[in-house]
Amino acid sequence: LLQVRTADSPHPRFDLNNDASLVIDIPDALCERDKVKFTVHTKTTLSSFQKPEYSVQRQHEDFIWLHDTIVETEEYAGLIIPPAPPKPDFEGPREKMHKLGEGESSMTKEEYAKMKQELEKTVQVHEVFLQRLSSHPMFRKDRNFQIFLEYDQDLTVRRKNAKEMFGGFFKNMVKSADEVLISGVKEVDEFFEQEKNFLLDYSSKIKDATAKAEKMTRSHKNVADDYNHISGALNNTAADNNTAFKKHLEKCAEVFEKLRKVEDRMASDQELKLTELLRYYTRDIQAAKDLLYRRARALADYENSNKALDKARLKGKDVAQAEENQKQCLQKFDKLSESGKKELTSFKARRVVAFRKNLIEMTELEIKHAKVRRLKCYVYHYMFIRQCSGILI
Amino acid sequence: MESPEAARLSAEDISPSSNGPKAEPMLLDDDPDDLFAEATEEVSLDSPERQPILSDGPSPVITPVTPVMISSRADVFDRSPDQDEDEEENRDTFDIQISVSDPEKVGKDVCDSLSLCLQTSLSIFSRDEVCVKRRFSDFLGLHSKLASKYMHMGYIVPPAPEKSIVGMTKVKVGKEDLSSVEFVEKRRSALERYLLRTVKHPALLKDPDVLQFLESSELPRAVSTQALSGAGILRMVNKAADAVNKMTIKMNESDAWFEEKQQQFENLDVQLRKLHASVESLVCHRKELSVNTASFAKSAAMLGNSEDHTALSRALSQLAEVEEKIDQLHQDQACADFYLISELLGDYVRLITAVKGVFDQRMKTWAKCQDAQVMLQRKREAEAKLQHANKPDKLQQAKDEIREWEGKVQQGERDFEQISKNIRREVGRFEKDRVKDFRVVIIKYLESLVHTQQQMIKYWEAFLPEAKAIA
Repeated sequence: LLQVRTADSPHPRFDLNNDASLVIDIPDALCERDKVKFTVHTKTTLSSFQKPEYSVQRQHEDFIWLHDTIVETEEYAGLIIPPAPPKPDFEGPREKMHKLGEGESSMTKEEYAKMKQELEKTVQVHEVFLQRLSSHPMFRKDRNFQIFLEYDQDLTVRRKNAKEMFGGFFKNMVKSADEVLISGVKEVDEFFEQEKNFLLDYSSKIKDATAKAEKMTRSHKNVADDYNHISGALNNTAADNNTAFKKHLEKCAEVFEKLRKVEDRMASDQELKLTELLRYYTRDIQAAKDLLYRRARALADYENSNKALDKARLKGKDVAQAEENQKQCLQKFDKLSESGKKELTSFKARRVVAFRKNLIEMTELEIKHAKVRRLKCYVYHYMFIRQCSGILI
Repeated sequence: MESPEAARLSAEDISPSSNGPKAEPMLLDDDPDDLFAEATEEVSLDSPERQPILSDGPSPVITPVTPVMISSRADVFDRSPDQDEDEEENRDTFDIQISVSDPEKVGKDVCDSLSLCLQTSLSIFSRDEVCVKRRFSDFLGLHSKLASKYMHMGYIVPPAPEKSIVGMTKVKVGKEDLSSVEFVEKRRSALERYLLRTVKHPALLKDPDVLQFLESSELPRAVSTQALSGAGILRMVNKAADAVNKMTIKMNESDAWFEEKQQQFENLDVQLRKLHASVESLVCHRKELSVNTASFAKSAAMLGNSEDHTALSRALSQLAEVEEKIDQLHQDQACADFYLISELLGDYVRLITAVKGVFDQRMKTWAKCQDAQVMLQRKREAEAKLQHANKPDKLQQAKDEIREWEGKVQQGERDFEQISKNIRREVGRFEKDRVKDFRVVIIKYLESLVHTQQQMIKYWEAFLPEAKAIA
């Protein structure tokens, strides 16, 4: 059983709450066995809600359910659907958690810290998902969103029913067809032409940057682990020794332990600010591409309806029906285009804001950690030098 | 915050010529089979011609040694007031600076000929400054000479660097191979450390072979002793160990000190090897970090190009530049990790082998003494028998033999006493030196870290306004 109060987290979170009428946050999360239970806290002045404040327990699967219902809502076809949060990943720690449940000895400090970091990451990404919904004029009014925030019981039953109803139409589509369809569209609108080219290119670049950032972060963690092993080995060597060497080795072990701590912190900060940012926007870019896909499909539908109308006119049969169909297809396409334009424009603004915020925070943290490390090295350096002159032992 | 120490702490390049390669980390393990093939003549410890140059033991005066630098740069701190309590304090301070440089390719070996420069105020040297050229085999030859002269007396002779076949085979003719650059620097640095350790030893410093090696413009072509690989020396050491294991009479260790120390060194051997392995892992991962950072930098630059928001695009390009610079820092740090810590640990692992070797030599000496006593006993018994036979010639011979063996027993006992005394002193010196060595290294390492952090702070502080400028 591992509980993390994210309010205590040293990392400032995304916090997209831009409107006091609906404020959502995840103040803590509970890690039980291999399930994570998020506490979703809502404060609202909206009349559509029955109470001004709610606090409910939700699991990851509930978030996915909410995401899926939104994706499958026809009304939202012209919007960028906030990407679903990825499943919490507690691979290694999970085994430990199982063992804990079976009454084994407790986790080491390092394992606990790693779990905590993972928990912080997953809370951040689940929180952002909800905040994206709450800060959007249309999503915040969504009925299922409200249920998600309000319903004080377990959502499991509801989720099962929903699956039967919807059948996951959009989700079952083969995603790889998207790119072909999008790039195949004969675009008359300059805006969408540019956006399409941009998104296709950016999408592959950001995927690559994410992968490289992940590798870099992992290397940092490896270095921190090595410092840990070196510190341990130095202590082991000191234990077998009883000469002046022993004290010296112990001091060196201390140095490496301190180095490890800073390196660990740097690695996890870099992950939260840089790697997670890139990961998130990789998913968001995909959501934007999905919007283009839906619009492209609507355009295809419209073109088909035109062909059908021409055919009907030639045959002289069902013309009214074909005309109605064409009108509806055009309406849908226009609606998607209009709303899509707004969404993509605000998407760029949002992206820029998020990158700016995270790059600034990452840089400030890098500077802070480097200064801390420099200071510690100064101190130890000074101490060792004094030792040499025989002033300190 | 700039403290007064900041100026002193600005570290220069840790390793002048190496650029921290992106290739696989070099393994220091030899393949013993190959080296056996290369080893030529084996130096036999039992050869009677080998007489120690200093037959009356080492010089009684041990001067307080300035911690000798790992490279020829000035040390950060002042002379250590450490003194050997057993010996007289010598008021004269002396210094000796040795640098090994200008590696040249000779034949297949990419680092075979080097320049050796010596700067000193010591009177035992004929000049203040000398520069000579030496081959790698000359270094090995020097070591094998010293080992044969001093090891059996209980002196800890610093081991010579490994030949390390791995490095040599990576050399591509004509093409600048990064791993060959690394190999050259590794060897150069190792040879420098080897010489510094050797001259730090008060007895070895006075040895004529050492003096000749450091000063003579031309070394005589080795007649009886050719270059021995590190593995050859190892074999020699192992032979002594084997002899000890084969001893039927186990030595009755009356001296608890020796028993305790031997156990300590056994433990230290194990621990240092583990520590060395951990540090090698650090070097490896640091190099990976460097590669991954460079890779990310490129990717960030591409992302910046793709980004259509002008200010963000610019910031991402700047980020890519910062990461590139940081990659260079990682490389420099990896060098420091390696040359300061990893190589020191490697040296000490080999040194411990030499230390264990002298303990074995002592046991061998004891065994020899025992054998002599057994022989003497036999001769006495033989003489007693002959007393009753009427063979005056044989009797005289027996008496002569007894006298001979009495002499040998006495010599054996003296040898044993001497080697025991030497070992005690050597171990004391070793234990003092290792604290100094490790202290110097950790100080230098901390300096390198401070330097890295300074740079990192500089780079990120330059980037911060760029990030803030995203509008």
